[in-house]
Amino acid sequence: MKELKIDAKDMDYRELNEKIHEVLDENKDLEKLVLENVLGQRFIGNGVSRKDLTIIVNGVPGGDLGMFMKGPKVVVNGNADHAPGNTMDEGFVVIHGSSGDVTGHSMRGGKVYVQGNVGYRSGIHMKEYKYKFPVLVIGGAAKDFLGEYMAGGIILNFNMDKEDTENIEGRMIATGIHGGVIYIRGIVESSQLGIAADIKDFTEEDIEKITPYIEEFCAEFGYSNEIKEKLINSKYTKIAPISSRPFQKLYTPDLR
Amino acid sequence: MIPSTVPPKYKVFVDPERCMLCERCTTECSWGVYRRQGNKILTYPNRCGACLRCASLCPRDAITVTLNQSCGREHPVWTPEVKQDVVTQAKSGCILLSGMGNAKEYPIYFDKIVLDACQVTNPSIDPLREPMELRTYVGKKPEKLEFDYVEEEIDGKKVKKAKLKTKIAPNLKLDTPIMIGHMSYGALSLNSHKAMAKAVKECGTFMGTGEGGLHRDLYGYSDNIITQVASGRFGVNSEYLNKGAAIEIKIGQGAKPGIGGHLPGEKVSAEVSMTRMIPQGSDAISPAPHHDIYSIEDLAQLIRSLKEATRWKMPVFVKISAVHNVSAIANGIATSDADAVVIDGFKGGTGAAPKVFRDNVGIPIEVAIAAVDDRLREQGNRHKISIIASGGIRNSADVFKSIALGADAVYIGTAAMVAMGCTVCGRCYTGQCAWGIATQKPELVKRLEVDDAARRVANLIHAWTHEIQELLGAAGINSIESLRGNRDRLRGVGLSEIELNTLGIKQAGM
Ligand code: SF4
Ligand code: SF4
Repeated sequence: MKELKIDAKDMDYRELNEKIHEVLDENKDLEKLVLENVLGQRFIGNGVSRKDLTIIVNGVPGGDLGMFMKGPKVVVNGNADHAPGNTMDEGFVVIHGSSGDVTGHSMRGGKVYVQGNVGYRSGIHMKEYKYKFPVLVIGGAAKDFLGEYMAGGIILNFNMDKEDTENIEGRMIATGIHGGVIYIRGIVESSQLGIAADIKDFTEEDIEKITPYIEEFCAEFGYSNEIKEKLINSKYTKIAPISSRPFQKLYTPDLR
Repeated sequence: MIPSTVPPKYKVFVDPERCMLCERCTTECSWGVYRRQGNKILTYPNRCGACLRCASLCPRDAITVTLNQSCGREHPVWTPEVKQDVVTQAKSGCILLSGMGNAKEYPIYFDKIVLDACQVTNPSIDPLREPMELRTYVGKKPEKLEFDYVEEEIDGKKVKKAKLKTKIAPNLKLDTPIMIGHMSYGALSLNSHKAMAKAVKECGTFMGTGEGGLHRDLYGYSDNIITQVASGRFGVNSEYLNKGAAIEIKIGQGAKPGIGGHLPGEKVSAEVSMTRMIPQGSDAISPAPHHDIYSIEDLAQLIRSLKEATRWKMPVFVKISAVHNVSAIANGIATSDADAVVIDGFKGGTGAAPKVFRDNVGIPIEVAIAAVDDRLREQGNRHKISIIASGGIRNSADVFKSIALGADAVYIGTAAMVAMGCTVCGRCYTGQCAWGIATQKPELVKRLEVDDAARRVANLIHAWTHEIQELLGAAGINSIESLRGNRDRLRGVGLSEIELNTLGIKQAGM
C-alpha cells in the first residue's frame, strides 16, 4: 500500500490544502495520506475527487472537512469542527470524536459517521438523487434542528449514552422535511418535531434497512457484538415527511 | 369552490369580421382563454394575464386585449387590483404569488438623473474615430503594484528589467460592462438558457446559472458562465463549481429580500431534477438563510471553501439585495475574501415571489450603489471588491448612470427576457409561460427558437454597448474606468436635497 505523510504543524490552512493537492497530483497511485498534527486547519479534503484513497487526520480539523469531496475516505482521530461533509458528493467521513454544528450540511451523497455528539442543525438540507444517497450516523446526541429541510437520504441517531426507553432532547426536529428519513433511538414526542415532519411506525422493514449501517458503525469504531446487537434490537422513533410538497398549500394557485 | 366576486382584469375581444377561424389562438394561449364553438371563437377573459401571445400571432390581427375598465365604481384607493387581491385571498387563505419585478409606481431615480456632457471643458471624443475602452475587469485590484528589478544581459549589455511582484487576484475579463444575471434553469426553460449562453459568448461577457445547477448542454459555454451557490445547494458539486469562470453566492435577491427560493414540484421535470440533483416532482426549497452562514466570518468561510474547491483560480461574488443597511453589509463582504458584491435592487425580477414582497420590500438600486461605493471608499476597501448593479436596468443610460454612481458592471435580467419575447405579464410562477421562456412544458419550450432568441439578446447587448461608447465620447471620456464613480457627470432633476446627497450628485444647473 502506498502511503505518504504530511506534517501539518504550524501550517496555514491554504498551505496545507495546497500541499495535499500537490501530493495527490504527483502520486496518482497513493492509497493512504496521513496528516499529522492537524490543528484547526479548515477545508481538508475540499473538492478532492479520488476513489481508493484514505486520508487519516491526526488531530482536530477545522470547519468544512471534506466539503464538495468526491470519493475518498477521511478518518479523523479527534473531534471535528463545524460542517464536516458539507455539500459532499461521495466518500466516507469517519470521526472518532464529536463534531460541531451543521454536520453533513446539504450532503448529496456519501457517508458521515460520528462516534460522539453533533451540534445544531446537523443533517440539514441533505438530499438524494437516484444513486446518490447520503447517510449521516450519529453515535451520541444531536442538538436541535436535526434534519431540517431534509430532502433525501437517511439520518441515524443512536443516543448511545441513554436507554432506548428514555426521552431524547432536541427541538424542531426535521422542520420542512420533504424527503428522506430519520431514525432516532429513544422516544421523541411529536411536540419536538418541526412543521412538515411526522412520526411513523417503526417496522421490521425499518430494522432491516438500518441494520447494515449499525454493523458498519460498530465495525468502524470497534464496538463489541454485544453493543451491536443492543443497537439493532433497540426501539427507534422514525421521522419522515408528511409530503414531498410541504408548502404546496401555502400559496394560492389562483391566477392573478 | 368559492366563486370570485370581481370581474376579470382584462377584456379579450375577437373581431368576428377579421377572424378566419384558423384556431391558432386556441393553441397559442397556454392559459385556455380561447375555445372554438361552431363558427365562433369563445373567450374566457378571467384566465387572461395579457401576455399577448395570441394577439401577436393571430394571422388576421383579430384579437385585442384591453384593460377591463367597466368593473365597478372607480376608487382611488380601492383599485380593481387591490380588490382582486383581497378577494383571491378571501377565497383561498393563501399567500399570493407573482412573477417579474416590483409593479408599483415608486420613483425611478434613474429617470431623475441626467448625464452631463461637457462640450468644451472636457472636449467630446468621436467614438467612430477614437478607441473607446469598455473592457472591464471584475474582481479584486491590488492596492499598489510592486516590482522586482532583475539584471539581465542583452547583447552584452546589462539591463535592469522590472518584473511584477504583486500577485493579481483572478478577475473576470468583460468586453462590455453588461452581463446577464442569475435566472435558474427550472425557473427558465433550457432554450432560454441556451439562447442567453450563445449571446454572452458572442458579446464577450457572462451569464449566471442561477441556483438551479448547470445543464450539461451548457458545459460548452463554461468560459462565459458564472455558477451560483444558494442555500439549497442545488446541483452543487466540485464539477459544477469548476465548470464556470466565477462563482456567486446568493444571499439575497432584489425581488424578495430576506426570503428563500421555492421551485414548485410541478416545475421539477426529469431534466430539472437531474440538473438540480433532487427527485422529480418534489419541491426545490432554498431556505432564507444559508445554514452555515450566521455571520460575516461564516460567509468568509464559505467563500474560502469555494475558492479551495476551485484552487483559488476563480473570483467569488456575493449577491445581496438592496436594503437599508446595504453599505455596511457590502463593506463586511469586502473584508471577507469576496471579489465582487452584486447588489440587486427592488425592481429586480423573479420567477416567483410572494406579491407582498415583490411590491413592498427592498430599496432602489440607484441609492444602494451610491451608498455602497461611498462606504467602501471611506473605509479604504473599494479596490478589494467590484460592485455589480442589478435589478431594473432597462437601457444603456441606466447602465451608464449605474457606473457613474459607482458600479463596475451591471447584470440585466428582465431586459434579456424581453429581448427574447417576454411581455412582462408577471405570470412566470405558473410555469405556463406562453412564450416558452419561464416554463418547462416541452410544447411551450419549443416555441422559443434558440438561434433567433440568441441573436436578439446579442443585438441588444451590442446596441447598448455602442450607445455607452457614444455617451462616453460625449462626456469627453475614453474609457469606462474613468466613468466609474465619476458622479460629476451626473445631475439631478426634481430631487430633494436629501435625495441628491444620498445619491452624491449635484442639482442640475450647479
Ligand atoms: S388566431 Fe385570430 S384568426 Fe385565428 S381563430 Fe384566433 S382570432 Fe381567429
Ligand atoms: S417570462 Fe413568460 S410568464 Fe414570465 S413575464 Fe415573461 S411572458 Fe410572462
